[in-house]
Amino acid sequence: MIKKFDKKDEESGSGSNPFQHLEKSAVLQEARIFNETPINPRRCLHILTKIIYLLNQGEHFGTTEATEAFFAMTRLFQSNDQTLRRMCYLTIKEMANISEDVIIVTSSLTKDMTGKEDVYRGPAIRALCRITDTTMLQAIERYMKQAIVDKVPSVSSSALVSSLHMVKMSYDVVKRWVNEAQEAASSDNIMVQYHALGLLYHLRKNDRLAVTKMLNKFTKSGLKSPFAYCMLIRIASKLLEETEGGHDSPLFDFIESCLRNKHEMVVYEAASAIVHMPNCTARELAPAVSVLQLFCSSPKAALRYAAVRTLNKVAMKHPSAVTACNLDLENLITDSNRSIATLAITTLLKTGSESSVDRLMKQISSFVSEISDEFKVVVVQAISALCQKYPRKHSVMMNFLSNMLRDDGGFEYKRAIVDCIISIIEENPESKETGLAHLCEFIEDCEHTVLATKILHLLGKEGPRTPSPSKYIRFIFNRVVLESEAVRAAAVSALAKFGAQNDDLLPSVLVLMQRCMMDSDDEVRDRATFYMNVLQQKQKALNAAYIFNGLSVSVPGLEKSLHQYTLEPSEKPFDMKTVPLATAVITEQKTEIAPVATSKLPEKLAPSRQDIYQEQLAAIPEFQGLGPLFKSSEPVQLTEAETEYVVRCIKHTFSNHMVFQFDCTNTLNDQLLQKVVVQMEPSEAYEVARYVPAPSLPYSQPGSCYSLVRLPDDDPTAVSCTFSCTMKYLVRDCDPNTGEPDDDGYDDEYVVRISPCGDPSETALPIGRHVASSSLAFSLPAGGPGGDRRRPHTEGPEAQLRSSLGGGGRRVREGGDVRAVIGPDAGGGREQHRQFPGDAAVRAFRQSPGEQELPRPLPRRRVPRGPRRAAAGAAGAGGRGHHAGDRAEQRGDGGGRHPGLRGLKSPAADLGSARPGFHFFFFFLLFLSVSTQQRSHTSDVIKL
Amino acid sequence: MDSAALEPSLYTVKAIFILDNDGNRLLAKYYDTGLYPSMKEQRSFEKNVFNKTHKADNEIAFLEGMTIVYKSSIDIFFYVVGSAQENELMLMAVLNCLFDSLSQILRKNVERRCLLDNMDGVFLVVDEIIDGGVILESDPQQVVEKVNYRADENPLSEQSVAQHITEKLALTTTVLQSAKEQIKWSILK
Repeated sequence: MIKKFDKKDEESGSGSNPFQHLEKSAVLQEARIFNETPINPRRCLHILTKIIYLLNQGEHFGTTEATEAFFAMTRLFQSNDQTLRRMCYLTIKEMANISEDVIIVTSSLTKDMTGKEDVYRGPAIRALCRITDTTMLQAIERYMKQAIVDKVPSVSSSALVSSLHMVKMSYDVVKRWVNEAQEAASSDNIMVQYHALGLLYHLRKNDRLAVTKMLNKFTKSGLKSPFAYCMLIRIASKLLEETEGGHDSPLFDFIESCLRNKHEMVVYEAASAIVHMPNCTARELAPAVSVLQLFCSSPKAALRYAAVRTLNKVAMKHPSAVTACNLDLENLITDSNRSIATLAITTLLKTGSESSVDRLMKQISSFVSEISDEFKVVVVQAISALCQKYPRKHSVMMNFLSNMLRDDGGFEYKRAIVDCIISIIEENPESKETGLAHLCEFIEDCEHTVLATKILHLLGKEGPRTPSPSKYIRFIFNRVVLESEAVRAAAVSALAKFGAQNDDLLPSVLVLMQRCMMDSDDEVRDRATFYMNVLQQKQKALNAAYIFNGLSVSVPGLEKSLHQYTLEPSEKPFDMKTVPLATAVITEQKTEIAPVATSKLPEKLAPSRQDIYQEQLAAIPEFQGLGPLFKSSEPVQLTEAETEYVVRCIKHTFSNHMVFQFDCTNTLNDQLLQKVVVQMEPSEAYEVARYVPAPSLPYSQPGSCYSLVRLPDDDPTAVSCTFSCTMKYLVRDCDPNTGEPDDDGYDDEYVVRISPCGDPSETALPIGRHVASSSLAFSLPAGGPGGDRRRPHTEGPEAQLRSSLGGGGRRVREGGDVRAVIGPDAGGGREQHRQFPGDAAVRAFRQSPGEQELPRPLPRRRVPRGPRRAAAGAAGAGGRGHHAGDRAEQRGDGGGRHPGLRGLKSPAADLGSARPGFHFFFFFLLFLSVSTQQRSHTSDVIKL
Repeated sequence: MDSAALEPSLYTVKAIFILDNDGNRLLAKYYDTGLYPSMKEQRSFEKNVFNKTHKADNEIAFLEGMTIVYKSSIDIFFYVVGSAQENELMLMAVLNCLFDSLSQILRKNVERRCLLDNMDGVFLVVDEIIDGGVILESDPQQVVEKVNYRADENPLSEQSVAQHITEKLALTTTVLQSAKEQIKWSILK
């Protein structure tokens, strides 16, 4: 039959595909011969092959027809032809999800897997497990256990791999086979070893102790399989990372010993594991780098690629460690595999000296068009890093980048180039004009809306400040004429910025605006109308407010507020003031340039810290209905780093409540804390409404508990309050090695004291007014009271006062009650900027007699420009209020440092506080800050 | 970011496929269901990979965030795909095993026509090498033994016999001897 088939095909032309013109219906028709007796194995085999081929080509089989074919196929189990039987197993696997009632072959498969024919057993197990569900699994459990420890390697391997597939589905059943897997792991066959190790790890990966034991066993006994070694290295490096084990740990030694393994695969895996370890020193890297260097001259392309790719990664963090390989890398520049050549050049760019840059750039530009987008991105990133290192080379780079920009390429590639040019412009003012010119040229023919809008925004920001801003107008207005809506709108905004900053251009810009007002798109028209009106006022303040400074609220916060608003329909219009202001966004470090896999860059805007908190708090049912989060303080450490329990506090202020979030970490490995609550006893009119305990606090895993405090609304003078805080918990001793806790525990407590307090001082606004205005800010219309004294320079016609409760603290250690009252942070001082000043935490610390003074270097902090005399002065006063031997430490993100406090450090704090029995009192300040918000009188045209 | 270490796992291979010299799929297996779930995405991925790799025999490439090792023989291309962080040498071991096993089963005629004529054997070989993304066997000898498949008793048409002979002639005289024996054997059959 096959022969006939072939002949016919050859006539129709050589090299044609015997499966080319297969019709699904015809094949299914043919499948009827499965029912003939006696079975013709060759014909049936050919038809099965056709069916599998069709499935493989993506042909869709309907349930009915698939079921029909499947049932016909089951008859073929009567034949004893080996290949036919094997093809039946394949058909079962392929059809497992398409056909119905596949479980009818269970008994046939069970028979095969326990039968005498070893050739059938392995494949039968794999087919059987493919069609088995959790309930059926119980029935074959016995056979599986036997199969795992079977002496035939193929049977054992099949059973182990199938078990691994089933872990996802029925973990509990497979977990019972651990002993069998353990036995299989000592098999002589290398693949069985590997599969057993894989299964054992998957079953135990949540139990760190068991994994450690397993690692110890296998690293000592030694395995034969290189695959198993690779697996062991991965497990070991993951464990090292989790336990933050030092590099003197036996695990590290094991990985390092694998560098001397006879299999290249294992050596490479070990080298790569070492390179990827965080905090590796150059000395530890050296052996890994030297084996990679050897690989660089391997005749195998894959090995050279692997080596140079890994070296490229090393070069990002430790360029000096790779310098030794420079000669080998030079040889790879001309490698016929362009991926290898690109990686070699980008590595050299990182490690080489400034003089070699020109030569390398020339080399790479000779074949940049041949390499894939992924590697072009790598090249761009290398250039970007280079520009930071050698700013003088920017003209070479800029030329190269602009050439690349002209080439064809996908979005990721273009975006990388644009980002790189922008970062060069930002860092190097000399290159600004050339850079902007290249970007202008790029947007003339740019298919990516995102990039065009980004560049337009940049032009609007930078263009007006260049010596000849008029030349950019043409490029921008061309966009208005030629592009899509989003780009047009961005172009209008950019134009407005030119008009606002350059008086001589203003008339022309107004004319262009006039034209934009006739645009077909709403958004473009609206923007043009709005900017037109603002520009015509010719008021600097208005320009500043509406043209230069866009939306100042945090976007995720706005989204949340709007969502909330739509959920609770109300008569009141939506109030922008309830939306939290955008705080500094957590951005990734620019130096951490993405290595090779850049195809999936994080698209999402990183939410600000406050948005993250808001998200977390909203997830706690007890805190539903508190309203929007107004402000979260910076975390304040309540304990020194080396105490048995590390506690830090974050204050979240809501309109009528405050939530104290205590992030606690248990640093004792022989204790398990449960039901952890920080009990707060307020001194004033405040009342604690609710505690949310942290259910369990195992060793070194941080947990959070919360206390909800009502702000007194009837007593506006109650603005300061001292809370004496006690951390209460149930201690259960546990074995430091196993982590198994004892059955019984005992209650214990740990005293801390915290106080949000405030003191009216001359330089700052009375606290009462701050608190009042903080709640007023939500309800009062624009221009409410309280904004009288602290307007920033940029204040508009109407100002809205916003205040925030900050957090600050001061701690004094003494046997008795020592309280210091510290003036509020002057964060709301005259030079108040748009963002809230960080909270200043002032900690004064008194040393008990007899303790040694250890000097500790001052933490270096950026001192903000705004005078913070109030805070510093008050802190100084507080510090002076104590004994001469007092140690005061002041920490402030927003607060400055008083010169008088310099040198007064808290050396013994760590020592002292590590001792149990000392009571610490923590005093916290309620720092308030004020910010003004301008609100519009032309509210009809405000665009969100 | 890809610098994050790999979760230790046996699931090494994301996909494996064999294409002809027009980039058409002869066989394809995708083991990671999250990766290119639809046929259309798979085809376009294969097309992209083929376009980037068929001109130069470079053994390894990095495309769409994936490491791809490949090998060609006459008019077919073999590809093994793994994640960006995967040990390239492991993927290479799979590719070599696949190629060597097929080469034994097809009696060194690793070309499109022969492959298609013995498609059942090819399916079985792939099934023995990889199971759901896990490397099941990496030794070609073992694979061939397990599959226990012989290319058709008498698949040698005149054309392929001639091809067979020319191939063998190019080799040393000892190989020539064996080639003659083979032909004799095949004619006797």
